[in-house]
Amino acid sequence: MIAISALALLVLLFVPIWRIDLTAPQYPEGMTMQIHADHFSGDVEKINGLNHYIGMAHIENDMFPEFTYLPKVIVALSVLGLVASLWGKRILLVLGLITLTLFGLWALYDMYTWGYHYGHDLDPHAAIKIEGMAYQPPLIGHKQLLNFNAWSAPDIGGWVLFGVMGLLAGVYFLEWRELRRKRSKT
Amino acid sequence: MKRPLLMTGGILAAVGSGFFLMNALPSCKPKTTQAMVTGNAAEKVYVKPGSYDEFYDFVSGGFSGQMSVYGLPSGRLLRRIPVFSQDPETGYGYSEETKPMLMTSHGFIPWDDAHHPEMSMTDGSHDGKWVFINGNNTPRVALIDLTTFRTKSIIEIPNSAGNHSSPFSTPNTEYVVAGTRFSIPMGTDAERDVPIDSYKANFKGTVSFIHPEKETGKMSIAFQIKTPGIDFDLAHSGKGPSEGWMFFSCYNTEKAHSLLEVNASQNDKDFIMAVNWKKAEQYAKEGRGKKVAGKYYSNWWNGSTHSAENTTYNEVLQLDPVELGDLIYFMPCPKSPHGCDVDPSGRYIVGSGKLAALLPVFSFEKIQAAIAAKDYEGEYDGIPVLKYESVLHGEVKKPGLGPLHTEFDGNGNAYTSMFVSSEIVKWNLESLEVLDRIPTYYSIGHLSIPGGDSRTPYGKYVIAYNKITKDRYLPTGPELTQSAQLYSIEGDKMELLLDFPTTGEPHYAQATPAEPIRERSVKFFRLEDNMHPFAAKGEKETKVERRGKEVHVWMTTIRSHFTPDNIEGVKMGDDVYFHVTNLEQDWDVPHGFAVIGAGTAELLIMPGETQTLKWTPDRIGVQTFYCTDFCSALHQEMQGYIRVSPAGSNVTLKASTSSVDAS
Repeated sequence: MIAISALALLVLLFVPIWRIDLTAPQYPEGMTMQIHADHFSGDVEKINGLNHYIGMAHIENDMFPEFTYLPKVIVALSVLGLVASLWGKRILLVLGLITLTLFGLWALYDMYTWGYHYGHDLDPHAAIKIEGMAYQPPLIGHKQLLNFNAWSAPDIGGWVLFGVMGLLAGVYFLEWRELRRKRSKT
Repeated sequence: MKRPLLMTGGILAAVGSGFFLMNALPSCKPKTTQAMVTGNAAEKVYVKPGSYDEFYDFVSGGFSGQMSVYGLPSGRLLRRIPVFSQDPETGYGYSEETKPMLMTSHGFIPWDDAHHPEMSMTDGSHDGKWVFINGNNTPRVALIDLTTFRTKSIIEIPNSAGNHSSPFSTPNTEYVVAGTRFSIPMGTDAERDVPIDSYKANFKGTVSFIHPEKETGKMSIAFQIKTPGIDFDLAHSGKGPSEGWMFFSCYNTEKAHSLLEVNASQNDKDFIMAVNWKKAEQYAKEGRGKKVAGKYYSNWWNGSTHSAENTTYNEVLQLDPVELGDLIYFMPCPKSPHGCDVDPSGRYIVGSGKLAALLPVFSFEKIQAAIAAKDYEGEYDGIPVLKYESVLHGEVKKPGLGPLHTEFDGNGNAYTSMFVSSEIVKWNLESLEVLDRIPTYYSIGHLSIPGGDSRTPYGKYVIAYNKITKDRYLPTGPELTQSAQLYSIEGDKMELLLDFPTTGEPHYAQATPAEPIRERSVKFFRLEDNMHPFAAKGEKETKVERRGKEVHVWMTTIRSHFTPDNIEGVKMGDDVYFHVTNLEQDWDVPHGFAVIGAGTAELLIMPGETQTLKWTPDRIGVQTFYCTDFCSALHQEMQGYIRVSPAGSNVTLKASTSSVDAS
């Protein structure tokens, strides 16, 4: 079970983890930006083209050091999981779960700070300046940014990550219950 | 004293009751259209905002030289496609890239008279890939690519004058045809410089078979058939059992060269010419044709360089049917036939003689039998003439006055336009009985049913293309709008649904299901595929360069600025070439480019495309340019300056766009 979870983590390398969907009156067809472990995909160029009016930074893959080490982290987590499944030490499972949770929390925090800077650190020469207006995208859920409706949610990779976390927690719970039953029997 | 008064009263009463009677009996007056439109017509043509029409209707722009695209059933104008005429709105025929599209052996010809749209076909049904249209005046045929709705290729027809009988397609668009409406003397200068009244001795006609290449849409003339000196009006291809044959309507079998309205209307019967094009193809392949002189251009739009390319030819392969035999046959047809239409089964050919009091329907089976039995009534300039009675399926008696053109609903019925009696007449192909008739407002020319000349008609509507509108719309001075009318043909009775105005004279039109075309519509051109020699695929690639008296500007547009937008070092006597690349890569974000005093037009540049405007400054000073297409909230700010200095000046050539950060 743990091995499957560990291998499932590797899926994150190949599928988008998070997505931001945008619609506006003049974009009925909508735009999507997908965040992968090592790059962006979707309508990033279109979004950049629009964001320059309000002075938001041009989104480029090079801007994110995360993209270089994130895949390594994912592989490392996966290896940790595999080791846990082979060795069979419960402590390793706990360790894996904690690391994974920390990883998830860190990723959300990282995304939040990125979103914060992206939405707040605006070019002072931007053509459109609205007093007190920030364009920080929502971390999760919906937000209205000028004429745009933005939705942020996990993509396939995000769901896999949550699934893996749930699965590991489940395994831990089952083990814990089994252990308690054994203990109560003895 | 009282009597006269009484008499006056009596007279007044009589006159009054007379007026009353006239008003009380409106049936004495002719019916108006108000009586023609039934209650739920509006419901049948209402396409609610944001919804799409069911059919595209490609309508000839007549003397505008263009083609219009309407949605049906709403009759909404979607686009005017520039074809044979310069279009200042898009820069077509003005930009350096598009100018070669209008090149002919006569030089640059920026206008034509566009008549007959024709959809490309696969297995005899519309395939939504291309639509063709003929240029009547300077003989040409254009191919429009329906992924972009742009003119993809134009070919000139040599040894032709007035390309009217065109551009009708064979069932798999192996060929589209071009029959000349004028016969002319051909050959060397001396052979062409002859007295007009030597018509009978020296004038000949031609019908050309144009081959469009499947992948590229490049056109060339596969072969040309030399014909007797008569005039060709329209044509249609055989299909199903008659596949391999093409039928042309012919007039002026009298060979008149003056006052044709009288002199070419003397014979009781003219001809429909049946051409065995498979045979012609075989003769051409066997090398039995003759290369004859004929200078012509084939112009092709290269989608990757966003530029037109010219190919010129000096001769054409001609086939002589008298010499070769088994190639063409004449069928007598009353009287000066216009329409020459093949039913969806391919078994019947309907001739519509403009001056005839009946409609002849020919049977392909009987034509074949008559050819096999050599059942000829004689020869016309060495071409066999089949016996009318032997090839006739039957005649529709008293259909109406001035039959012009017939299309089909796929349920065994035909619909013929009647110019003189201004009506559409529905009749049955087997029984040849008239089933229904309905007036048109006014003087219908062609009509069309979606897919109505193909193997698969969509028998929902018939559209009338009228020559006269008179009182149908608000008047606009002496020049009134042109007009089409939409009728439902779903029931037994035809029903008028809608009038809609058209651009230029709508000769023929073809309507076709929207879905396959809509799905393939291009949204923008990919910048990485742009192979234009002067493309700047990013702002870093922009520059200015002097080449003698020419200054070339590699310019880009993106919402909402030009790079460069400050140019200096241009001198009087220079020609400036603005090569503008639109860097946008999104749907519906064109940019426009206009420069003060340009004697041409604007450029309208689609995303990912490069177009060039040549500008010759006429005065010293700082001149201006700006974007004409409202591209963003900062569109008004999308503008720039170009400094023009005296001829001898030593201002250095430079170009820039600088942001506030740089200053």
